[in-house]
Amino acid sequence: MSKKIYLDNASTTPVEKEVLKEMIPYFSEKFGNPSSIHGLGQEAKVAIDKSRKKIANFLGCDSEEVIFTGSATEANNIFIRGVLGSFENPHVITSAIEHDAVLKTVKKSGVDYTVLKVDEDGFVNPEDLKKKIKKETVLVSVMYANNEIGTIEPIKRIGEMIEKENEGRDRKILFHTDAAQAAGYLSCNVDELGVDGLTLSGHKIYGPKGVGVLYKGSSVNMRPIIYGGGQEEGLRSGTYNTPLIVGMAKAVELIKEKNKKEKTEELRDYLIREVLKIKDASLNGPKKSRLPNNTNFSFQGAEGESLVMILDQEGISTSTGSACSSKTLEPSHVLKAIGLKDLQAHSSLRVSLGRKTTKKDLDKFLAVLKEAVERLRKISGR
Amino acid sequence: MKKPYSEKAMEHFLNPKNMGEIDDADGIGEVGNPKCGDLMTIYIKVKDGTIEDMRFKTLGCAAAIATSDMICEMAKGKKIEEALKITFQDLVDELGSLPAPKVHCADLAQRGLKAAVKSYESKK
Ligand code: FES
Repeated sequence: MSKKIYLDNASTTPVEKEVLKEMIPYFSEKFGNPSSIHGLGQEAKVAIDKSRKKIANFLGCDSEEVIFTGSATEANNIFIRGVLGSFENPHVITSAIEHDAVLKTVKKSGVDYTVLKVDEDGFVNPEDLKKKIKKETVLVSVMYANNEIGTIEPIKRIGEMIEKENEGRDRKILFHTDAAQAAGYLSCNVDELGVDGLTLSGHKIYGPKGVGVLYKGSSVNMRPIIYGGGQEEGLRSGTYNTPLIVGMAKAVELIKEKNKKEKTEELRDYLIREVLKIKDASLNGPKKSRLPNNTNFSFQGAEGESLVMILDQEGISTSTGSACSSKTLEPSHVLKAIGLKDLQAHSSLRVSLGRKTTKKDLDKFLAVLKEAVERLRKISGR
Repeated sequence: MKKPYSEKAMEHFLNPKNMGEIDDADGIGEVGNPKCGDLMTIYIKVKDGTIEDMRFKTLGCAAAIATSDMICEMAKGKKIEEALKITFQDLVDELGSLPAPKVHCADLAQRGLKAAVKSYESKK
């Protein structure tokens, strides 16, 4: 088979060479437990402290405000459940296009919640959000950028709105954003964004899987959801996973140098232009304020999972929001939230670019895609 | 490790031989999969109680397409009563294997045939 073309970078990314190199010594050689007082332990502790500093630099916060977790999902859970658990009768607001790590966490929290509608491009309107605020509201969680359709939410504007609201309130509203998809391309300075909580993921930014970061502003009070040895200010007990933490920090450090925002945007726009030349193809998500590496299309008469499989046969990896591909056989809640009919969601294809993506890759993809769509339309007769 | 889709299933998905319509079909069955929203149309041509020709149009996953093609292959040349006895398990067995959550797609093919037969009989 010819060279594999990986166009599913929103799903996960490979560990960058430099990242792996930094991680390796911490598996067998510098394996000490950072909580131990002997030399080996202290060596690991130093590595963790340094990593924490690197992440703090990226976020523009203090080292003490950086919490290492086992994943972005865990970071979201720790923050949302941790905050909600420390209030009597709390209310929380989130958006309809959140990742399940936020949406389900909110819905299962057992407290009063509001799921905010988004417009047909997936945008949250800060004014709409403002109207949903109640006396009991303690938390708002809106993702920085959407994983399926690439919508970049107006986090800064929401942050400003909340700050204003808080001026006259007894119960201050905390603002959290899941930046797992955004971190590779957008500024994550927490002061600029006006957030009290922010989530990062390692494996979306060419770091390892199994590690995430939670930024928790120093003034935020919350209750742990994991109990044990009291690591990470008691909020994330569990022995430090030194190699993954070191890898996470290195990945964050490399973002600036490695992720070419403009180049990626150019490729994205080229891809969108070319795909929309296919008859009855449509773009899902916005044209502007879209993640540089995200595209998502629907092709009338061609089912998404079948498309993914034909592309895969040709060595091209993509993904779909089709009901056929989900465990529950429900179409993507994101595509539904932006008003797609079930059949449109059914024929969706997400193509997400990465550091290594070239125009040549996209041209090969386009050729295979056109043929695949045609073939499936013949089979479906639609 | 067993692959989710057998090679045979993949072949029927990638190169279905029985897709398309029958212009002067004796029965047309249209069914949808209530679970995932897929659509399937089955066309049959009947002579002396035997299914002479059978074709399909399917908008669905690889399993739905492969089972559509397979049921056409298995039912063609059979008496209607015999063809109706084809179970989704027969289809799955014949194809080799399908991913577990996809078994309902095979069920769709069977319902498609039933619907086509019903439309044929109502026209008689
Ligand atoms: S047709 Fe939708 S899952 Fe098979």
